[in-house]
Formats: sequence, structure tokens, C-alpha cells
Amino acid sequence: MSVKMKTAVAASLSGVLALTACSAAGGSSSEDQLSIVGFSVLESANEPIFEGFEQTDAGKDVTFKTSYGASGDQSRAIEGGLDADYVHLSLEPDMTRLVDAGLVSEDWKENDTNGIVTSSVVSFVVREGNPENIQAWDDLVKPGVEIITPNPASSGSAKWNILASWAHVVGAGGSDAEAEAFVTKLLQNTISLPPSAREATTAFSEGNGDVLISYENEAILARENGEPFDYIVPDDTLLIENPAAVLEDASDAAQDYFDYVLTPEAQADYATFGFRPVVDGVELPEVEGANDPSDPFPTPGTLYTIDDDFGGWADANTRFFDEEEGIITKLQAKTGTEG
Amino acid sequence: MTSVPLDTRTRPTRTRRPGHGARPANNLTRGAGLALGISVTWFSILVLIPLTAIVVTAAGGGWDAYVTTLTNSQTFAALTLTVGQSLLVTAINVVIGTVIAWVLVRDSFFGKRALDVIIDVPFALPTIVAGLVLLGLYGKGSPLGVDWANTEMAVFLALAFVTLPFVVRTVQPVLEELEHDVEEAAASLGAGRLTVFRRIILPSLVPAIAAGAALSFARAISEYGSLVLLSGNLPFRTEVVSVRVVTFIEGGNTAAAAAVASVMLAVALFVIVALDIVQRRVARRG
Repeated sequence: MSVKMKTAVAASLSGVLALTACSAAGGSSSEDQLSIVGFSVLESANEPIFEGFEQTDAGKDVTFKTSYGASGDQSRAIEGGLDADYVHLSLEPDMTRLVDAGLVSEDWKENDTNGIVTSSVVSFVVREGNPENIQAWDDLVKPGVEIITPNPASSGSAKWNILASWAHVVGAGGSDAEAEAFVTKLLQNTISLPPSAREATTAFSEGNGDVLISYENEAILARENGEPFDYIVPDDTLLIENPAAVLEDASDAAQDYFDYVLTPEAQADYATFGFRPVVDGVELPEVEGANDPSDPFPTPGTLYTIDDDFGGWADANTRFFDEEEGIITKLQAKTGTEG
Repeated sequence: MTSVPLDTRTRPTRTRRPGHGARPANNLTRGAGLALGISVTWFSILVLIPLTAIVVTAAGGGWDAYVTTLTNSQTFAALTLTVGQSLLVTAINVVIGTVIAWVLVRDSFFGKRALDVIIDVPFALPTIVAGLVLLGLYGKGSPLGVDWANTEMAVFLALAFVTLPFVVRTVQPVLEELEHDVEEAAASLGAGRLTVFRRIILPSLVPAIAAGAALSFARAISEYGSLVLLSGNLPFRTEVVSVRVVTFIEGGNTAAAAAVASVMLAVALFVIVALDIVQRRVARRG
């Protein structure tokens, strides 16, 4: 090997070593700093919760480090090594991934709220004044109604929407075949399947579509931000449940924070951002973006849940969203090819 | 002046194909050795290792994973749509991009310098912003009276927007270096304008056009950001490959995602090599 070639090899190696050294120098954490990882909407909703926690005895020396993004992305990031003490995701399968990775305890659901810390309901967002007079699920499948809903295949949280439409038929005593027919009509009226809820809202606010299937909290937040939308909570809808957990290797402060999130004060703060409380005894504030700010969360006539009506997420995910055999996957393919 | 040797001009000398004569196995100076070391390290960290990882992940699923993934009709539809629209957009870029480069180099008009700067905007603009702007302009309620949102036209539009600068920017410098003398010489020897363009100018531009086309195609098949709002991602109709890949990742199926990605790598490689061959043919024929 010539001297010159050796120079080349030596330069390569020293470059690699330098990079290794850089990565080894990173990563240290202080005892009182909590890493909070959550799904996108929480970015603004968590601020008052942090302030409230810092005023408690347990929280007075705690500082927060935060990371927000799409629920699935956040879950994968933690699995891939993102530092986290407390994690708040939009649906259970994203938490299950962390349980499978050994990062969250198997018994994360064993508390008074079944591991759930915020909730909402599937709702319809419509143009101001509701020109198409959308009131119920059956109005969505009328000819010519243009629907936007995030893609259930690329956005985990969009699965709530599709499952709600299924529950609308089956919950009222309909057969699976009738439910499939209904969802098919719904998909035929769907003009856009943006990858996430946030992008679906953006596409809708740009003038696309007559109705956006979304979550009550998203609708309330959009209205608080000045979007000229109305929203309708259908008389029968699905309860959206967002789980949270403390990671296995987190400090005690993380558990204190988790306990604080379930206090009536913290739940009232979440309510101002449109989330329905998950504990009793919450004194509801005025919710500016709600249809009726003084009675922001009217109880729907029938409220389906993933556990009671679908046998839990594990079953529902396989049955409806399996990449090859899922009911919704197949219906999407069918409506797409017949399009 | 008429004695300018035409031949040396019309055949751009290419350094990529050195002669087959006796050449030392390596002729690196100390400085060159250092530069090579840095290049290889940097290139490995950013490109070679990640690409290998993709191929390894894809192969990890075995042959079955490939077959299942690629015979899935929805994935196949996304592949055809993406490759088809990318080829179309590239073909159009080859023509329009060359024309724009020509106008920018050879003509002088009001606003030329501004246009020259603005050409690069599609590079600089975050693609999601581009998608949003295109949606506002060409979607429902368009001030131009069209509604291309959620159609194949939307896919074409977004790809054309993000790939516009490539051919312009590769052709422009070559056109600037091209000497008028040669064209004048050809003209004075009796060549018509078309002949001058075809025999003198085009052969010099072909390598640049091919390079721009390759970049343009590679960019188009991987586009995601500008499409997600505009195209509607409707399965079998407007869903592109990158959205399909996101779907696989969300579903936890990284092997399928990697399989689709490696197929796209192969498609890109095939097109780039094909363009290189075309370019050599044309350049040699003159």
C-alpha cells in the first residue's frame, strides 16, 4: 500500500472516529427535568398544565423538556431512543408499541381511568352556517356531499373516524354487510385522504370539501384560532380516548405529574382546549370555541367505545386495518378501483 | 474566422472516460489522498451506509415480502402513477427547462434578472407550503376557474413545480460558455438555423439536459410534501409511492416500506443510466 493510499485510509478512519466521539459526548439529564412527549395538539394544551404542576409541592422544582408530533411518529421515536419520562399519545396501539419494546409497564392501564388522560368525540366540521345541513351520519352519504377525512392507513388517529361510522350502523343493530355498504358510500363521497388530522384540517380550510370528519377538540381549537367553521356532534358517535403513561425508567416526578394531570384542575385546563374530562368533579370553564361555551360538551344520545363495541384496539386494528385483509383496507381498495 | 475547427467544438470532450492506456494504479498526491478520504467518509455516512441499510432491511423480509408488497394492487397502482407522472414531468422539463435557460442566457428583456433569481424558489420553498399555495390557486374556488385538486393533474402540477429548476440550472451555465463564433461560422458555411441548433448547439447541451432530467426524475419519484395536501392521496387514483411508504411505516411494516423504497431506487438508477446512455449516443453522433 502506497503512502498516499494510507493517507486516504487514515483520513477516512479519523473522520469516523471524530463522529463517534461527537455522539458519545451527547446525552445527559438532570433529576428534576421531565421529558414530556406528546401528540401534536398538546403543544399548546400542555402549557397551563405545566404551570399548574409547578405550583404544587411535588412540582415546584421540576422543569420540562417537550417534544410534540404525530402520535405514531412520537411513539416510534421513543422506541428508537428519544428520551421520555411521560408520554401522552392519541391512541392505544401507539402505547402498545412502547409496552412491546419494554419501555412502558404492562400494567399501564391499571388506574382509575384505565390509562386514559384526555378524551373527545368524533365530530363533523362544516362550513359556517352548515349550508349542506349535515346533522347525522346518514347526511354524509347523500349524493354529492364531499368528505375529507385523514387517511386511516397513514394516520392512526384517523381510525377513530372510520370506526365511528362503522359503529353507527352496527351499534343500531345493523349487520356487518350493512356497515360495509355504509362505509363504502362514505368512502365514495371522500374526495381527499390527507396523511394526518392536521393536514386534513388545512385542506378543508383551503376550501376543499363540504364536511371534515374530525374530533371535537380539533374543531373547538380551530374555532378558537378564528377558523370560520361550525361543528356538529352527531347523536351517535365514538368516544376518542387518549392514553398516557410514565416510562419504566422515569423518575418519581413523572408519576407525580401523571397524578396531577388527572386532578380536576388539570382536567379543567384541558377542557379549555376542547378535551372532555376523564374524571368526575371537574368544574368546566367557559370553552370559547364550543358551540355553547357554557355547556361545551353535550352528551351524545349514544356513545360507542372501542372496548365495548369493538373488543379493544388490538382486535379492532387487525380486523379493520390489517394491510392485506382488513375490512377497511379492502373497502378502500374496492372504492378506489371502481372509482 | 471561417477556419475555426468545427469538430473540436461540436464534440464536447468528456473526462469521464479516460483512455485505456497504461495508467498507474493510483496517482494520488498527499493532498489528493486527504480529499479522497474526506469524500469517501462523508459520502459513506450520508449515502452509502443508509442506502445499504434500506436494501438490507428490504432483504430482511425475504423474497416473499417483496412479492407480497409489490403484487399488492394498491402499491402497484401507486408505483405506476408515480413513475408515469415523473416521466411525463421530466419530459416536459427537458423542453421547457431548456427553453427557459435559452431565454435567460440569449435574450435580454425587462425583468430577466428577477426571473433568473425566482427560478430557484421551488428549491427553497418548503414543499408543504408549495402544496398549500398550489391548492389555493388550482383547487376548489380557484381564482383561475379550475379545480385540479385531488386529481392526477394535481400530482403532475406538484411534481412540475418542485422539479422546474433542475434542467434550467444545469443547461444555463453550459449555454453561457457556448461560443457564438462557432454558430456564426456554421451559419456562414451555409447551415440554416435549425441545422445550427441541431448540429452545433444541441450536442453541447445534451449532457447538461440529461443531467438535469436525471435529477428532475429522481426528485419527482420521491416527492411527498407538496403532494399530500393537493393530491388527496386517494388509493388507486392519486396516491403516490411516498405516501404508500408512510402508510407501511405507520402500520409498523418496515420491511414493506424498505421493499418499496428499494424498488424506487432501482427505478431511479435505471432511468439515470438510461439517460446517460442516451446522452453519450447523442454526443458521439453530433
